[in-house]
Amino acid sequence: MLSQIRPAIVMIVLFTALTGLVYPLAITGVAQLVMPRQANGSLIEGDGTVIGSTLIGQNFASDRYFHGRPSATTGPDPADPSKTTDAPYNASNSMGSNLGPTSKKLVDRVNAAIEAEFAVGRIDVVAADAVTTSASGLDPHISPQFALAQASAVAKARNLSAAQVRALVEANIEERVLGVFGEPRVNVLLLNMALDRLK
Amino acid sequence: MTSIGLAQIAIVLIAVVVAAIPLGDYIARVLAGERTLFTPALSPVERAFYKLSGVDPAREQGWLTYTMAMLAFSVIGFLSLYALQRLQAYLPLNPQGFGGVPSDLAFNTSLSFITNTNWQNYSGESTMSHLTQMLGLTVHNFVSAATGLAMAFALVRGFARAESPTVGNFWVDLTRATLYVLLPMSVVVALVLIALGVPQTLAGSVEATTLEGAKQVISIGPVASQEAIKELGTNGGGFFNANSAHPFESPNALSNMLEIWALLVIPFALAFAFGRAVFDFRQGRAIAITMMIVLVAGVLIAYCAEANGNALLTAIGVDPSPGNMEGKEVRFGVATSALFATSTTGTSCGAVNSMHDSFMPLGGLIPLFNMLMGSIAPGGVGAGLYGFLVLAIIAVFVAGLMVGHTPEYLGKKIEAREMKLAMLAVLIYPLSVLGFTAVSVMLETGLASLNNAGPHGLSEILYAFASTTDNNGSAFAGLTGNTLWYNTTLGVAMLLGRFAYVIPVLAIAGSFAAKKKTAASVGTFPTHGPLFIGLLIGVIIILYLLQYFPALALGPIVEHFALLAGKTF
Repeated sequence: MLSQIRPAIVMIVLFTALTGLVYPLAITGVAQLVMPRQANGSLIEGDGTVIGSTLIGQNFASDRYFHGRPSATTGPDPADPSKTTDAPYNASNSMGSNLGPTSKKLVDRVNAAIEAEFAVGRIDVVAADAVTTSASGLDPHISPQFALAQASAVAKARNLSAAQVRALVEANIEERVLGVFGEPRVNVLLLNMALDRLK
Repeated sequence: MTSIGLAQIAIVLIAVVVAAIPLGDYIARVLAGERTLFTPALSPVERAFYKLSGVDPAREQGWLTYTMAMLAFSVIGFLSLYALQRLQAYLPLNPQGFGGVPSDLAFNTSLSFITNTNWQNYSGESTMSHLTQMLGLTVHNFVSAATGLAMAFALVRGFARAESPTVGNFWVDLTRATLYVLLPMSVVVALVLIALGVPQTLAGSVEATTLEGAKQVISIGPVASQEAIKELGTNGGGFFNANSAHPFESPNALSNMLEIWALLVIPFALAFAFGRAVFDFRQGRAIAITMMIVLVAGVLIAYCAEANGNALLTAIGVDPSPGNMEGKEVRFGVATSALFATSTTGTSCGAVNSMHDSFMPLGGLIPLFNMLMGSIAPGGVGAGLYGFLVLAIIAVFVAGLMVGHTPEYLGKKIEAREMKLAMLAVLIYPLSVLGFTAVSVMLETGLASLNNAGPHGLSEILYAFASTTDNNGSAFAGLTGNTLWYNTTLGVAMLLGRFAYVIPVLAIAGSFAAKKKTAASVGTFPTHGPLFIGLLIGVIIILYLLQYFPALALGPIVEHFALLAGKTF
């Protein structure tokens, strides 16, 4: 065993240098040089400030915007930093609800979400993604079904015609890649930015 | 289930097999010390590694020395990783200014990464500095996978050789597996991932002002380089807490497909590498087919369970047609979430693109059962192949008992010593999984960590010990693992699952290497045809259902019936 200690130590040092430094730094160098937009997080800038990332969902609470999916992320409680509190779309603490299929909490939460949305007349059909939390809590997408369901409420809040907003949603639907991979979806942030550009 | 969902699953699996056959050939050549495409570029590096560490690459080791070298490397790896985490506050490349990692968490995380488990009781983006992620976690993603490859090849050499006192040189296997297999593949996969949108930067976070005017702090970092080896080395430890469900780890359907491909391809390739090493392609093919049958069966059951949605939510008006979307991302959907979940637990990867804790009872049963079987379809990098060969030995032994002929596998007589060692390896798992689970459910501190009540709570604990013992690392993540009790016991489970399992395996390797090869006779049971495949599947199912059915009945199975009856907890 003792005769194996030297190679063990030297190998750890060498592999650390090679796979822990050379490899990630070389990849970082190439990425920053060749693909800076992706390498820096596919950010969207407007007026010199960062609005967000096309890949990361944002929290939308206003009636004037399309809403994303419920998010289970939390953040430190401002009143007591040792505790956490709900902080939807906290992009420095990704997480899902981890509620199991027979969880009473899950069923109650979904029920409350359905009642709240129906009460303010935002949605008319309960799409599955409208009332379930995503795995990351940062899902940038919603289903076309959920987006279309919100169209008339958003149109009303903005004094636009429902047809105009529906057309905007249709134009923002991303189809499956090559017709096979993934699911049809709408990027909520991009849709809302397009909405802001509508006259 | 939709035809597009099934088509996505089929395309990925076909792409895996197409790549695995030539890759297996390549890996076998690398570990036989032959010349390869990368030899001109990498052999100076390789020679420098041997020179600096005082290793004579021509000198082979017996199984005991080989084991000692592997253990020495693991101990040193553990100590250095532990120190790095504890001291990260005083070291550079810590843009978010994180403090040192607490001792019990650092203990758990170090064991987790040296054993190729990558169970994460920490949240990457809020605990680990970039230096720790790069110098600690990324490094062990490489070397723990290379260690697995090395051990698998020690066993393969046991079958391939006759009357040999040695099984190879651990340092040579480790170095060659890293340099020639894992590193080049990681570079390619990392660059493709970046092109698809995965970030790669040394910045720590980006501050954005959202459309509604709120502040959003977006964690970022050198994600792609870690993501590539995380899948290829079947490690599974994510840069972010949400792992491959995080849009920065997997931004779209293509990155999702690439990651599933990457985590499956080396384990399948190893089955073919085995065939080449024993000079019989059919032997490797039989193992690959068996792995694929078990994998596909699991995917179909999980997909079916998830595709129907949650009846409890359908009852209150939720549209069931997209399936069970709690804990899943819209861009992936249920089909590839089920495929990812089955693949990541069929290998010892443990990366997740959806939250297994929120799967339907039977959808979650599949990942759980995959790990209880020791992740053998197709298994982790290396760990899958040696786990599978142990089962093949047992299957051949059972066949031998049935026909009353001395069992032999690839010309090696299987005798009492090998059978005892094989059974010892196989019995470590239930001892650890069921033992720790039983104790945890009796302790208040064990139950305090639960996120779900009722049978699902038992599933959470059972899943945690299955995942760690199996060196998988995926989780029913509702369980709060970052407590003194779970950090410690899960750590011990990872140790048992890796080392208490592999030491008997290496002893078998030594024992087979020393044996003569007997020529096949009419009485020899052929181990390359459908009869053997059927027998192997039968042995796997009987062995593991007998061990775990009672525990599964109290967890996911009773939950399934409770759900059908409309009961919540």
